[in-house]
Amino acid sequence: MKRRDVLRSLGWGASALALPACASWRKGATAATVVVVGGGYAGATAAKYVRLFSDHTINVVLVEPNSQFVSSPRSNLVVTGELKLADITRSYDDLHRRHGIRIIHERCTGIDPDARTISVERSGPLRYDRLVLAPGIDAMSGTVDGLEQARHAGRIVSGWSAGADTVALRSQLAAMPDGGVFAITVPETPYRCPPAPYERASLVADYCQKYKPRSKVLVLDANQDVTAMGALFKRAWQQRYSGLLEYRNHYNVVSVDAATLTARFDVQADVRANVLNVMPPVRAGALAVAAGLANVDARWCAVDFLTFESSVARGVHVIGDSIHSAPMMPKSGHVANGQAKVAAAALVAAILERPPNPHPMLTNTCYSYVSADDVIHSAAVYAFDGAAHTFKPVKGAGGTSPTPSAAEADYARAWAGNVWADMLG
Amino acid sequence: MLRVAAAFCWVPLGTGLAAAERPADHEVRALAATCAACHGTDGHAVSGPAMLRLAGMPSAEFVRQMRAFRDGTRAATVMQQIAKGYTEEQTEQLGDFFAAQR
Repeated sequence: MKRRDVLRSLGWGASALALPACASWRKGATAATVVVVGGGYAGATAAKYVRLFSDHTINVVLVEPNSQFVSSPRSNLVVTGELKLADITRSYDDLHRRHGIRIIHERCTGIDPDARTISVERSGPLRYDRLVLAPGIDAMSGTVDGLEQARHAGRIVSGWSAGADTVALRSQLAAMPDGGVFAITVPETPYRCPPAPYERASLVADYCQKYKPRSKVLVLDANQDVTAMGALFKRAWQQRYSGLLEYRNHYNVVSVDAATLTARFDVQADVRANVLNVMPPVRAGALAVAAGLANVDARWCAVDFLTFESSVARGVHVIGDSIHSAPMMPKSGHVANGQAKVAAAALVAAILERPPNPHPMLTNTCYSYVSADDVIHSAAVYAFDGAAHTFKPVKGAGGTSPTPSAAEADYARAWAGNVWADMLG
Repeated sequence: MLRVAAAFCWVPLGTGLAAAERPADHEVRALAATCAACHGTDGHAVSGPAMLRLAGMPSAEFVRQMRAFRDGTRAATVMQQIAKGYTEEQTEQLGDFFAAQR
């Protein structure tokens, strides 16, 4: 009798136990709607995995202004002409066709967590049961005097997100004379994709060595040292681009002059370049900032790492580059893909009224090109630590390449094909 | 009547206790999703031979390869680092999951 009472108190009658634990027999689940804002590595993955983890019982709406997905990972290969923009561009269509996700190609203009609605440019307000915000990053161009005007004038490119910036930087590099100076500035951490500026500098150096050998590549880093795979990058630069690529630390850019393409620094002497690629500090996407979710240094969104629910807005899960990251967890596309799955599982559990997975995990692999042919990687496995309530790298796992290799270029290519299919296919 | 009811309830509860010792299916599915960025959704890799398709791989073979990555008897570029992030129990759960994918 007692055991049966326990079962009843849990809401599990004998007939329910006889059914498989699928969601379809629960009425509440069929009506639930999850709205995902942002269709990058984080958002697109979340949209697809909410459908998968709920056995397609939870409705998903994806709000993304761009008509196609353009990958920032591998976009540095477009800068040097190894790839075309089309090679890193994919359709969102399969999310609708194969997974029944409703896609609205409009900009989300605001969220109201109390009313559980978001506002969208042209369509009316959308109601949600759970909201996933994956707004990515926005450049803090205002922190560098003159940068906003220089970007609008098309004189200086930041290149934080693949697309128009990538094409513009490609054109500037192609137009640079032999003997020109390509200068790239790196902001203090944290920022999106720690190895990205160093990979870009490496690929540009490789391009210059082949086509414009009298040129110079300057890496002007606000940090005290290379922030990712430092030993591997610096050894590759010394062995491959000695005299061509120069790395300078403690270079914190404070202003730019668009007319002369000159960068000024807080301490160091001015640098004049033919192509000036200024990567200013970044913060959570404007939508998250405007909604008051960026509560860490007014830049990043604090979340509960078990569920990725915002610490300030109930029912709102924030994933990807806009969050205040767990220690030792980089802002990478691979990590965003993993966070999206943890958040999707947690919010599906919440809607189905079961407890969240107490042991979520995710992985990271960052492939970086040191030349058009040779690649290095950094890898890690993360597990949720209940006592610290955050993700920590699993001890003994992870690491980097011993040396650059062409074999890892094959892996980098395969990684992109598979992760794009995992998020969009 | 009471005895029948008690006996009837005993079976599902016993199943419940056994289930509590290993993670639920949806938790194993979430664990397997940590492989998907490289090896495809539910192990259905699409992108050439470099990253192996795990869907349909016999469980014993999966577990054997993961052990070989962990103990260094199989050389790799990345998997020797990733495999060490998973316990033996998790590896077996993953093996069973991928073997069941078609």
